[in-house]
Amino acid sequence: MTSTLWALAFIFTQLSLLAFGGGNTILPEMQRQVVEVHQWMSAETFSSLFALGQAAPGPNLMVVTLVGWHVAGWMGVLVTTLAKFGPSSIVTVLALFTWERFKDRPWRRLVQVAISPITSGLFLASAVVITQASVHTWLLGGITAVCAWLAVTTRIHPLWLLAAGSLIGLTGIGQN
Amino acid sequence: MARTPLDPDDADPEQPTIIPSVRELFTGFLMLGLTAFGGALPLAHRMVVDRRRWLNNAEFTDLLGLCQFLPGGNIINLSVAIGMKFHGVRGAVASLFGLIAAPSLIVISLGTVYDIYQDDPHIRHLFAGLAAAAAGLLISMAIRISLPLRQRKPLITVAALCFVGVAFMRWPLLPTMLLLTPLSVFITWRFKL
Repeated sequence: MTSTLWALAFIFTQLSLLAFGGGNTILPEMQRQVVEVHQWMSAETFSSLFALGQAAPGPNLMVVTLVGWHVAGWMGVLVTTLAKFGPSSIVTVLALFTWERFKDRPWRRLVQVAISPITSGLFLASAVVITQASVHTWLLGGITAVCAWLAVTTRIHPLWLLAAGSLIGLTGIGQN
Repeated sequence: MARTPLDPDDADPEQPTIIPSVRELFTGFLMLGLTAFGGALPLAHRMVVDRRRWLNNAEFTDLLGLCQFLPGGNIINLSVAIGMKFHGVRGAVASLFGLIAAPSLIVISLGTVYDIYQDDPHIRHLFAGLAAAAAGLLISMAIRISLPLRQRKPLITVAALCFVGVAFMRWPLLPTMLLLTPLSVFITWRFKL
């Protein structure tokens, strides 16, 4: 049990410090660690937990809390929460002191531009990893495609899309 | 919709701001955590700038720029930065804890329901539909984030390499970033992007 908690702490501390470009960029690595390296859950369960995190209010990536819960109960929640939100927050606190000084340096803009393709590559990878694990029938594929299309082309609230997807899923059409 | 002079968007960008107490930081971010469905950032702006006036628009944009630059979720970093600005570490802890407390309890409740009923076919079907919709939303976010790269074509190589490596070759994140960040910085510098 203790070794599991240490493993969770190590994984999420690393993810916390590597999450440039926001939470979703670390999703593929989180999935790789949790599903492939440690085999704590199936890829399908991971996707379900991710979906639950998206359906709940609050910051992105509440899947972190759920992974901790699923793997090690309340202690797991405590460890993943501290490990995921602690290190990046400490970096933020430290950065606040130096931010004013570097605000107008040209290298700051250079780095910001340079990080953008990595962010988008990681976002696309997240989308593929989660879609692969979530879509195994034609109807689920249809839900994914229509949701993606509506979310790109309209300003419809994401929660409506999640609700509609759940209801269509509930009919069980095409699922066993 | 007719705009009135009191419309918050028309507020003077240099308006005086109100200093929150540690308790107000906690309750403010607690409410934000409870009400922010599908992207907390627009709601955060409305709360921090328009309604509670903790920051003016320029300060908010500046702080958000820092938060986007650093690792971690933007809204998480923003709560820490705002708390820190007003009350140091105590404020940062109050804001962060306020932001994640309610959502944590809510997802754990949902997760418990999922654990108990995951063998029930109806619940399984419902969650399958939910997961498919969540995947669709993720695809839409990936598309929106990637579209601006059209203006910086040489960097599309880096994005493609990162995408294929992480999604299909399952490269670990740390070496990927150590490899691609210098490459990307070089391309950005070389092509003056």
